[in-house]
Amino acid sequence: MNDSQNITLISFGYFEKDFLEKVAGAVKQEFPFPVNIKEGRIDLSEFYDPGRRQYDGIRLLKELDSMHHPESIKTLGLFNVDLFIPILTYIFGQAYLRGRCGIVSTYRLKNELYGMRQDEDLLHNRFRKVCIHELGHAFGLIHCHTPTCVMKSSTYVEDIDLKSHNLCISCRNEIGIK
Amino acid sequence: MAAKISILIVDDEESVRDSLYNWFIEDGYIVECAENAKEALSILESRNFDIILADLKMPGMDGLEMQRRIRSLNKDAIVIIMTAFASVDSAVRALKDGAYDYVTKPFDPDDLSHLIRNATKQITLRAENEALKKKVISLENVDDIIGNSTAMMKVLKEVESVAQSNSSVIIIGESGTGKELIARAIHSNSPRKYFPMVSVHCGALTESLLESELFGHEKGAFTGAMYNRKGRFEMADGGTIFLDEIATISTKMQIELLRVLETKSFMRVGGNKEISSDFRVICATNRDLKKMVENGTFREDLYYRLNVVSITVPPLRERIEDIPLLVDYFIKKYCTSMSRDLITIDPAALARLEEFEFPGNVRELENMIERAIVIGNGKEIHLKDLPLGKDTMSISVESLDDHEKKHIFQILTKYNWNISRSAKALKVDRVTLYNKIKKYDLKQFE
Repeated sequence: MNDSQNITLISFGYFEKDFLEKVAGAVKQEFPFPVNIKEGRIDLSEFYDPGRRQYDGIRLLKELDSMHHPESIKTLGLFNVDLFIPILTYIFGQAYLRGRCGIVSTYRLKNELYGMRQDEDLLHNRFRKVCIHELGHAFGLIHCHTPTCVMKSSTYVEDIDLKSHNLCISCRNEIGIK
Repeated sequence: MAAKISILIVDDEESVRDSLYNWFIEDGYIVECAENAKEALSILESRNFDIILADLKMPGMDGLEMQRRIRSLNKDAIVIIMTAFASVDSAVRALKDGAYDYVTKPFDPDDLSHLIRNATKQITLRAENEALKKKVISLENVDDIIGNSTAMMKVLKEVESVAQSNSSVIIIGESGTGKELIARAIHSNSPRKYFPMVSVHCGALTESLLESELFGHEKGAFTGAMYNRKGRFEMADGGTIFLDEIATISTKMQIELLRVLETKSFMRVGGNKEISSDFRVICATNRDLKKMVENGTFREDLYYRLNVVSITVPPLRERIEDIPLLVDYFIKKYCTSMSRDLITIDPAALARLEEFEFPGNVRELENMIERAIVIGNGKEIHLKDLPLGKDTMSISVESLDDHEKKHIFQILTKYNWNISRSAKALKVDRVTLYNKIKKYDLKQFE
């Protein structure tokens, strides 16, 4: 791993500054790289699928990959729209395994979407776990069977709440971080 | 130890292939994609996949037709049909044709995970079932090792110490000493016991047959190769391969075997894909491999690769104290299998068995007892029931008197202690026979 490189978080759409900084702090705690926050501007309507009333995650990932800066070791796009990939009804996030980029969205992580009370702390907790999870894939990690590892697969939002926001020892060893 | 689950995705839409590929690769599966049925079938001819996810509607051959053809290539593959258009009719047809499940795109992420997890569970259970069936057979065979003699106890101790390791083992012993039973005992006591022990009798196969047997073959590799076939090395994945009569393999096979043992990977006959398998090798031979190495008929490098540990199974003549136990065991075994009451053995007959050389070892003894039960009176095995002909009799180191005593006793037993008939057979008069009986203190129920 090259020490001179950063992990770049690019937000698309409105995010509280404080919220982004807390996410960046959590990412920095897990991966030994400086974390930059940037604001991105793309016309999301180009990625909207009217038939599904969702945004195409694969095309967004490709778009983000085209925006990748050489100084970044990994780039993560942060969204607050409903993402999908062709075979799945929705996704929390997506990344290329051992690739440069990943995307995540707060949309399906919000408690209110499931008829429950809004909970900003819970949203932040879930979001940072998904961010670390997708970055883990970008660093080459596959899903982990350790129940508390952040790399454990989560298909329901409740699954995310069950795991921690940390990589387990074996996942850390796998990508060579202490 | 078990191999990773492999998934083949067949869909004409690139975005579907890509997204499924990414989804499964993140779960640690081995994934490949094909954009139509023709490409998928061509991939499947060269290697097998555990799960095949196929789109129903594709240009050219559709998913249902493809599924039928997949069945002829790999009947164990789990086929899941995907479609963007839900139709009860096509779902019923797919399931009737043997599809594992039928799903409509797009799927809920949790449904997809469950579907693959259940399919994986079925694959694992099938493999476990096969392994357990083989384990039951293996453990039954371990009970077949009979003997309390020092020589056999030493062998069993060696089995115990070598079982836990992963080293190659050569079992040396004369024909009929039970080398395969020892191999099974090693396997059944090893951490590999839940996986199969696959036996290959190298001496019974020609070079080309042995090659196909060990490495498997691809469809069309030679005349008569109608289907892809797994080789014994592939079948032994996670377990043990037992190569009996290893000394009989050709020089060419010795080179091939050495390469497989070093890399633990090989290609099927007529194939071009490397297949990896995690197996332990146990060999057996009744020949002196070291001498064969010296003569240049067995490769030295292969010999040292195989001969990490060697166990010598003693011939039966070197553990005569085990003969009564073995006789009892075979009587029980054959009386039970022939649904007869348990019989006994006449002490004279047993004593005679203990003197016999047994060039065919335990196998010969077993055959003798089986024969004696078949032709005997159903109550007791007598000397006359045992095929201990003069030509096969052992050369003992007894004195002439001992020998005479035994011979007279044998003849008396044969003629049911009828003195006249026994004397006639011995070509002596009756008085001489009476004198000998007195001299040797022979008694009818000795």
